[in-house]
Amino acid sequence: MTVAGGAWETVIGLETHVQLRTASKMFCGCSAAFGAPPNTNVCPVCLGLPGALPVPNEQALKLAVRAALALGCTLHPKSVFARKNYFYPDLPKGYQISQFEQPLATQGALSYVSPERGLTTATIVRLHLEEDAGKSLHDRFPKETAIDLNRCGVPLIEIVTGPDFRSPPEARRYLQTLKQVLEYAGISDCDMEKGSLRVDANVSVRRAGATALGTKTEVKNINSFAYVEKALTVERDRQIALLEGGGVVEQQTLLYDSKTNGVRPQRSKEQSHDYRYFPDPDLPPLALTEEFIAQQQAQLPELPATKRERFMTQYALSVNDADVLTGDRAVADYYEAVVHAGADAKLAANWVINEVLADAKTHDEQLRVPPGALAQLIGLVRGGTLSQQAAKRVFAEVAERGGEPRNVAEALGVVQVGDSGVVAGWVTEVLGAHPQEVVRYKQGETKLMPFFVGQVMKVSRGKADPKLAQRILEEKLAA
Amino acid sequence: MSDPGEALASAKAAADRIVRAKRLNACLTPPKELRQSLTKQAQAAHPSGVLYGMPVAVKDNICTLEFTTTCGSRILEGYRSPYEATAVAKLKAAGALIAGKTNCDEFGMGSSTEHSTYGRTLHPFDKTRVPGGSSGGSAALVAAGAVPAGLGSETGGSVRQPASFCGIVGIKPTYGRVSRSGLVAFGSSLDQIGVFGRSVHDAARVLSVISGRDPRDSTCEARDSLRLPTVPESLQGFVIGIPKEYFPPDLAPAVRRACDRAIRLLKELGAAVREVSLPHTQYAVPTYYIIAPAEASSNLARYDGARYGPRFDGARDVRALYRTTRGEGFGPEVRRRILVGTYVLSSGYYDAYYRRAQQMRALIAQDFRNVFDRGVDLLFTPTTPTPAFKAGEKLADPVAMYLSDIFVVTANLAGLPAMSLPIGRVKGLPIGGQLIGQAFLEDEMIEAAYALERVVPAAQDA
Repeated sequence: MTVAGGAWETVIGLETHVQLRTASKMFCGCSAAFGAPPNTNVCPVCLGLPGALPVPNEQALKLAVRAALALGCTLHPKSVFARKNYFYPDLPKGYQISQFEQPLATQGALSYVSPERGLTTATIVRLHLEEDAGKSLHDRFPKETAIDLNRCGVPLIEIVTGPDFRSPPEARRYLQTLKQVLEYAGISDCDMEKGSLRVDANVSVRRAGATALGTKTEVKNINSFAYVEKALTVERDRQIALLEGGGVVEQQTLLYDSKTNGVRPQRSKEQSHDYRYFPDPDLPPLALTEEFIAQQQAQLPELPATKRERFMTQYALSVNDADVLTGDRAVADYYEAVVHAGADAKLAANWVINEVLADAKTHDEQLRVPPGALAQLIGLVRGGTLSQQAAKRVFAEVAERGGEPRNVAEALGVVQVGDSGVVAGWVTEVLGAHPQEVVRYKQGETKLMPFFVGQVMKVSRGKADPKLAQRILEEKLAA
Repeated sequence: MSDPGEALASAKAAADRIVRAKRLNACLTPPKELRQSLTKQAQAAHPSGVLYGMPVAVKDNICTLEFTTTCGSRILEGYRSPYEATAVAKLKAAGALIAGKTNCDEFGMGSSTEHSTYGRTLHPFDKTRVPGGSSGGSAALVAAGAVPAGLGSETGGSVRQPASFCGIVGIKPTYGRVSRSGLVAFGSSLDQIGVFGRSVHDAARVLSVISGRDPRDSTCEARDSLRLPTVPESLQGFVIGIPKEYFPPDLAPAVRRACDRAIRLLKELGAAVREVSLPHTQYAVPTYYIIAPAEASSNLARYDGARYGPRFDGARDVRALYRTTRGEGFGPEVRRRILVGTYVLSSGYYDAYYRRAQQMRALIAQDFRNVFDRGVDLLFTPTTPTPAFKAGEKLADPVAMYLSDIFVVTANLAGLPAMSLPIGRVKGLPIGGQLIGQAFLEDEMIEAAYALERVVPAAQDA
């Protein structure tokens, strides 16, 4: 946005809460599953009953350590659980167990492809472990608030970035990349709809070229990926309008409302208090041995960025193709299986990116054609048995009903015809049907050749060998 | 005891004795409920258990399935825990009978058992005096001979101080020796379940049963349960330190005389006795009164009337619900400590109070390590500066009340095992001597206590 006083620069930092993929909660054995009937996954510990004590979930710790490693963080051999004290009915202990002065990990980085700046690195300031609160339900009973404590105590990691993003789309791209990494490593489902990934944003603006940060606001209640960009844009624009009107930005917490696409200040009662953090005396400091860290490192799969690099060198793919193929771990694995089944790497990439992903999009993200079958199909095209067009029909048929591509092609009657007598028949038919084009071609418009080949393919219903068809066309047109 | 009939007889006799001691207001469980439960427990108790048929009274801040757990507070009136404390489960597994719940200062906050919403507990030998606290109910029942042993809990001396006042044995184990699971939290980094017994042996064998690892408590050490020592012939080879800071000029003369006599007896038993110094002792009470209230302010946040316990009316919204429930549900001492604790944790004051208190706590613990590193095995001190004081005497002056715990809070701050045993009397009132041991070396401490108990004229005026 350019104005009289010069352009504005947007500065955004993100705090992301990610639910770890564990069977049980952070400090007790209750199920962490989403969607159970209210208050059924609870016990004295997560209900905060008198005398009950927390015991850390080792699987949660493993996943948090893997997340820290995947994000290139420095893991601290000793970290400390702290109590964040505040009163709220869905917080049964009156405090949340989190980490404060001594978090699990700090100083990480995540590379992502900014839509504006290309390959960029976001700094991860800290990554810490904590437990989730319960849910207050204000719409179940008239004039009463109901509390569901199933979510209470579910393990989370909070990932805090520096003020590194310069636009809402950039922030969104970072989040997508973060989600990709965490999904890859099996750390979280990252499902915003189910609340397993939640994001709060710190937003400020400043004049382009300024080095000091402007006053920031915190935007909460961003419930889906689609809203990340919208919410940040709304708040960015609000701040700019305010400053240009001679006003000042007030440091406050804002709630995004997706229905109105606007932000409103949190009521003062909901505003952050003095949380009176102090080390939780119920939990000894968390000690990480080098051995434990190494074991978690060994559990990490190849991450998207590394995989992308490898695909580019190993399969001679473009950065864009490699990026698309490594965007999802299942797709990357599928692509490699196709190549390992004997398909040409470049052809396989085209097939996966175009046909396979398009089919998956309309079929619940299912990769319906087995890798071996796709490799066979690619081989049939390459060997001249199937035209590209016929192969697509075979692909669709195999996706729908299964079967060997070779058999399916035969059954469909689309196996390429290499008999020059038969092809010559189709050529004669096409030339007879298009006398004007024949005249134009003969007058020098040789660019009409693909048109004639296309027509031959059409009348042969994809069965003609296009190379043979072109040779016969050239012969006949030259006559 | 191994005949199933004997447990029933023991249960009935215990119920009779506890009901006869009703005037002490030590047991909160109604007589009828107590009798029925004891009979039922005796029928179910396993005869092979090492405590088979032994009635054990349990402080009301330790969760039991048999009885309510109120912590002496209105805010938990009628509260029944859906689970039981690990210590209680271990007692039952050993064949012991849970002989009712005992009165205490509300949530363990107090030194006289006067701060209970269910009324004060009387000293068993002098009804005008306090039995000490906060575990005064268990101490009074044991001292009155109603039960051979009881469970109490300590945050800052709440077992040893009433043991001293009532003339019985009270042991606070090393922090982490006994699971805190099911002990309603006051100051979590200090809290530890302790035991009362009429003899060192009764207290020690109950402690042995309840000690040991527990997967439900991350602060409980992964150690086997305590192994009881045998009664020694002498204390040859023991080096016992006498910290001079525990013998101030204003120490009650009778207490000083009783201690001097006990020290002489320790020497006669063959122990080497030497004076030592714990220079940061004077800061223990102020340090304690920052850390314990800080943790309490957080631990007691859960009592808000939203999920369990009584909910007081007049609540227009959730803030008002908190205000009325907490305002009316907590007594004045608890409210005072929540306020202090909230203050010292507030941003802007945290560094000045809480952080400095933690630093001081580390120095106090270091004092003990320094002494133990120089060859001292155990420390001997008075348990309290005076015998049991009069009821009401210190109610108006919280600081005077706090100072009655001056010799006992250090072991909680340092996490060390410590115990009180009777070493004499003055005008019929018991005087307690304190032994402080090294971490997880309760066996040495108990060994010395066995020896001293055998020779000290505990019933005689000093």
